Amino acid sequence: MSPDSGESFEIVAREDYSDVTFMLDIRHPAMARAAKAGQFVIVMEHAQGERIPLTLADFDPARGTITLVIQAVGKTTREMQRNCLAGTTLHAVVGPMGIPSHVGSAGKVLCVGGGLGVAPVFPQARAHARNGATVIGVLGFRNRDAMFWEDRFRGVCDELIVCTDDGSAGLKGLVTRGMEQALAAHPDIDECIAIGPPVMMKACAEVTRPRRIRTVVSLNPVMVDGTGMCGGCRVKIGEGVKFACVDGPDFDAHEVDFDDLMARLARFRPAEGEALRKWEESCRLGAAQPASGERY
Amino acid sequence: MAKKKTIRTIPQARTPMPEQAPRARARNFGEVACGYTLENALVEAERCLQCPDQPCVRGCPVGIDIPSFIAKIAERNHRGAYDVITDTNLLPAVCGRVCPQESQCEGVCTVGDTLEPVAIGRLERFVGDMAIREGWINLPYVEPTGFRVGIVGSGPAGMACAADMAKAGCEVVVYEALHEPGGVLKYGIPDFRLPNEVIDVEIDKLRRLGVRFECNTLVGRLFTIEQMIAEMGFDAVFIGTGAGYPSFMGIPGESLNGVLSANELLTRCNLMRARDFPSFDTPLMPGRRVVVIGAGNTAMDALRVSLRLGAEQAICVYRRSRAEAPARAEEIHHAGEEGVAFRWLTSPVEVLGDAQKRVRGLRCQAMELGEPDASGRRRPVPVPGSEFEIECDSVVYAIGTNANPIVGQTSKLRLDRRGYIETDDDLATSILGVYAGGDIVTGAATVIEAMGAGRRAARSMKAYLGLRDSDVVFAESAPYEARRFGFPPGERGHARLRLA
Repeated sequence: MSPDSGESFEIVAREDYSDVTFMLDIRHPAMARAAKAGQFVIVMEHAQGERIPLTLADFDPARGTITLVIQAVGKTTREMQRNCLAGTTLHAVVGPMGIPSHVGSAGKVLCVGGGLGVAPVFPQARAHARNGATVIGVLGFRNRDAMFWEDRFRGVCDELIVCTDDGSAGLKGLVTRGMEQALAAHPDIDECIAIGPPVMMKACAEVTRPRRIRTVVSLNPVMVDGTGMCGGCRVKIGEGVKFACVDGPDFDAHEVDFDDLMARLARFRPAEGEALRKWEESCRLGAAQPASGERY
Repeated sequence: MAKKKTIRTIPQARTPMPEQAPRARARNFGEVACGYTLENALVEAERCLQCPDQPCVRGCPVGIDIPSFIAKIAERNHRGAYDVITDTNLLPAVCGRVCPQESQCEGVCTVGDTLEPVAIGRLERFVGDMAIREGWINLPYVEPTGFRVGIVGSGPAGMACAADMAKAGCEVVVYEALHEPGGVLKYGIPDFRLPNEVIDVEIDKLRRLGVRFECNTLVGRLFTIEQMIAEMGFDAVFIGTGAGYPSFMGIPGESLNGVLSANELLTRCNLMRARDFPSFDTPLMPGRRVVVIGAGNTAMDALRVSLRLGAEQAICVYRRSRAEAPARAEEIHHAGEEGVAFRWLTSPVEVLGDAQKRVRGLRCQAMELGEPDASGRRRPVPVPGSEFEIECDSVVYAIGTNANPIVGQTSKLRLDRRGYIETDDDLATSILGVYAGGDIVTGAATVIEAMGAGRRAARSMKAYLGLRDSDVVFAESAPYEARRFGFPPGERGHARLRLA
């Protein structure tokens, strides 16, 4: 059901960064004004779709848009990759959700983004830069072709280290290698922010733990409503259990139980596999599917 | 009028509700209770003594004139019955289904002193369903007052408050965080108890009263309560965001895959239509053997939904006995009929998992009832050495909810110790012009209690705005002056209603 005001969530721009990664600018002036670094949105592509949480990659109050960077991995995101073209609309976009990132008095901040996590770490890097901090960026990609937003980060970082798994650009190796390099050059880093796949964030936490550097990660577990109602996104933090949607999504990396998070992310894997297989089959058969929006 | 009815002259037996057979219904999402036929309703209406006492009216949280609407049914004036109900209750099709009548109107019915009480809820639903079928709607013409009212949350409290404020001539905007309005009526209560189509009809009535619904709007984060008053031009705000934030027990194994809250199970199934996966994209992966912890109405819903999703066994585990179970007797009865197994006096101590971190069982211990506790119920105490395991692949928690933290995180509203919004007797919060009601004030309660709170808050808001209470719909036959509430049309500050 669309809002009574007749407002729709129009995609005003799209850019593809690789065969799986794409960026959407969505018109939402109120959210563009309200959003702060670290918050997320929940998106439904069509009326029969699922609600998926995505961390805000950017927001521009002047243009009235929010930016999402999406990786086509499952049925919903593959379908979005096919259907979400500039000029189309999304069924639902709600946010900004979650507690904004704490942008405190840190003088020197290390911002680490891996893969898709490069996008959501950008607003945090920018917020710290605007706050007067020295920002050192470490970005990790599979290879040169998967790279995006290097220019944006150069605009807000005092120093930027790019890592690729195969060495086709920048440093060869994982982001943890870039972190070691940055920490060796800057022993006075006060805070580290790391966003990426859980296994990467876990590794980042182990780099900073012996050095006792405050480290924040942004978690994106499975959730439905995003308002604290379903409890699907509960994560183990230290001795306690928190809901990522309303108690996070930022948490102290040294307190997060990443193994638990990874196990819970696999919760619907069989169903997700089934959905993707059925969808691919329907695509092969060329079943007529409307581009987006209402399907009934 | 005919001879005065007495307890001996009325039909002695309560008219049973036609129901789908338990075996069949446990495998579909169609309504369990099919509703009274015309004949059923006539017979049952005859059972009302029309006693002068009217304890039922006082037993109703919104004060429906119950004897009058039943009298209209007996006269076969169904439209008249609908008009009486809608004087005070906008949603008869909803309330007739989900109200706990046995502890409200029917619990105090005079007939109930001797025989089974009049089936007031079933009669109310009969009228509500007929109104939907016939397309009846009592839409008053409302003279705008120019006041703007914002409502946070589109569940039962918000809907009831919106209706009253719209009828009082206010411009009403309801904000909902989910993508569809209806709150717990949509995401929580399953279709076999309250079909989503019934809610959509009721919401459409509110739209026709001029209420605007803005979905996909998370108040607190997109804008704050304070901004609604200070910047967005709302003269008054009502907060009815519900309780949310499901509780877990804190026993080992709760993060295993296969452990979930009843809220999550119900939301995936009801709102997101995971039961039609993969036609709908939201997955659920229901269990084959499901244990639900708790014995409230939500627990019964979770058990019965699990059966309909294909579970071979659905087991209710509750640490007290059946007598203390908070669910309505009817819900427990229905669940039992459908094949739900009950393990009373049983308390979980650990969720057991396999190597893939999936649920494989639940370790429990037997309980016995000791001395009464603060709630007056006998406290369950563990029986030493009584631990045993129940084999299962899904564990659903239905043991209640805590206050949702978003309002507290994003506003200066005063909260109580448990995080619920603090209000005075008029449901006014610590911020001028901001009122609150429903679960976010009282903690988890019933749909009709939330609606009652919404209406109480509306009364306070009207007083705050200087509007005379005017939530009465007059029949078309009423004289013109009466339709104007007996005060001169030129008088200022009054909401004036007449039938459109």
